[in-house]
Amino acid sequence: MVTLSIVVVEPDRDRALLIVDSLRDAGDFDVHVISEPTGLARRIQAISPDVVLIDLENPSRDMLEELALASGPMDRPVAMFVDKSGAGLTDAAIEAGVSAYVVDGMQPGRVKPILDAAIARFRMFQRMRTELAETKRALEERKMIDRAKGMLMRARGIDEDAAYALLRKTAMDQGKRVAEVASALVTAAGLLG
Amino acid sequence: MIADTLQVGFLPLVDAAPLIVAHEMGFAAEESIALDLRRGPSWSAVRDMLSFGRVQAAHMLSPVPVAAALGLGGTGTPLSAVSVLSVNGDTIGVSNALAARMRQSGHDFGYRDARAAGAALIAHAEHPLRLGVPFPFSMHAELLYYWLSALGMPAPQNVDIRTVPPSLMAQALEAGEIDAFCVGEPWGSIAVENGVGQLLLPGNAIWSFSPEKVLAVRSDWAAAQPDLVGRLIRAVWRAGRWLAEPDARTLAAELLSRKEYLDLPSELLDRALTGRMVISQRGEERQVDRFVEFHRGAAGFPWRSQAEWIGMQLAARTGLDRAAAAKAARTVFRSDLYRDALANTRAELPGASSKIEGTLREQTAVASVSGRLFLEPDAFFDGRIFEPSKD
Repeated sequence: MVTLSIVVVEPDRDRALLIVDSLRDAGDFDVHVISEPTGLARRIQAISPDVVLIDLENPSRDMLEELALASGPMDRPVAMFVDKSGAGLTDAAIEAGVSAYVVDGMQPGRVKPILDAAIARFRMFQRMRTELAETKRALEERKMIDRAKGMLMRARGIDEDAAYALLRKTAMDQGKRVAEVASALVTAAGLLG
Repeated sequence: MIADTLQVGFLPLVDAAPLIVAHEMGFAAEESIALDLRRGPSWSAVRDMLSFGRVQAAHMLSPVPVAAALGLGGTGTPLSAVSVLSVNGDTIGVSNALAARMRQSGHDFGYRDARAAGAALIAHAEHPLRLGVPFPFSMHAELLYYWLSALGMPAPQNVDIRTVPPSLMAQALEAGEIDAFCVGEPWGSIAVENGVGQLLLPGNAIWSFSPEKVLAVRSDWAAAQPDLVGRLIRAVWRAGRWLAEPDARTLAAELLSRKEYLDLPSELLDRALTGRMVISQRGEERQVDRFVEFHRGAAGFPWRSQAEWIGMQLAARTGLDRAAAAKAARTVFRSDLYRDALANTRAELPGASSKIEGTLREQTAVASVSGRLFLEPDAFFDGRIFEPSKD
């Protein structure tokens, strides 16, 4: 059987390497990585792969839709893979945030291990993305609460614990989160100068 | 009464306004529905979210459901356009280099005359002219194909139309990957603001009443949930009516600019909503009537003839059978569901569901179900008309 060629569209170098490793573990594939959105459709056409994997969140994915309109006999028509595969795989792929385009007419069985590997990898990315966003948010909130505490301590001459207790009580009274009250205080103080 | 929650996909564009307003201004709540608005990263992603049931409705390029009905792109899931969300709203822009050559030979950048602008563009473009559009199936692409072939520059021989996501359009122009673009607002204004291009023509100078975005749902979902579809159509219709009030625009621009929607300065969004376009970094302003329309002239009505026009354009370009394409396309725009939903409201609905496209040069009164309805101009720049097949 001829080795399948796969193009991975991924701007982040580390992520791309992880995907390539997973695919190598899953089988003997010829893997190319494209990291730049510039001329994406034409570059893919030049490589003429059997499968294209791209992050569902990548806005450049729309460029691949052009490939679905094969205009010449040398062009390889592509179809989005998930519509031709089993329902379970479709859902798993969408859930994990990966979209795959394959050459029309390829047997789903040959693509399944590729997609399985990609899905596993993308799921991990998704978890990392969520964790990162959560961590960032928590950090920002912590900074905001610290600033608000400092303002209260100076303005009212109270200690840190009392300042935090005051924030927490106000938040409870207003049905808001402590971070929201802190942020309102910092904004208002900024406006008043 | 507990509200039914509908997940709705959208892309960050000014013409997502009816959905955002329906949610924020309580028009959805009036119909006891809650809209869970999900911003999508690309048109193909939003279309697939809809096809696979991740969202129940979506802000969608008007040609996408038609293309799906013709078997072009997508997953083969039949989609229905149950309302037009916006009419017009695109802008064509050119690179600074191209603009300089056009100005030098006397083009005034009047931002009005499609024939003059097209002639100047053709005279000064390199060959092939490289144009960016957001999606292969989009009104942007259709307007460019129509405009340039009518002026004697047919695609694909002399024109290379490429897909560039709206948010990357200014970047592509700056990088010299494209010479010009047709894109929805605010992305044309962003190219101006970033100093990488100038605006040449509003989309409505090519076709003065083009259905730009539609409210798309899965056809099987529409059949299974007629009540929810009706409530959604009414909520969006009321949002459109609110957007048509001159006083609403400032607030609408503020709502759209929020982080969870467009996350861009309201001043930029205001331009399309008021039709006061800034066409160059020098601050030249042009006032455009009906730059984007959400309500007037029964803007939300999904005319079967509009779908048929789109279907015929797609068929001509991809070599599909025209009669079959026309037949498949017209069923995609669901004037039947739209009528049912608005039957007991104050909406003026046209008597017919199909019209000859391109005959109206000015505002015209036509018979409506309950009296009189004013239709807005719908002419093509070259005066051609499109006669749909008989009902």
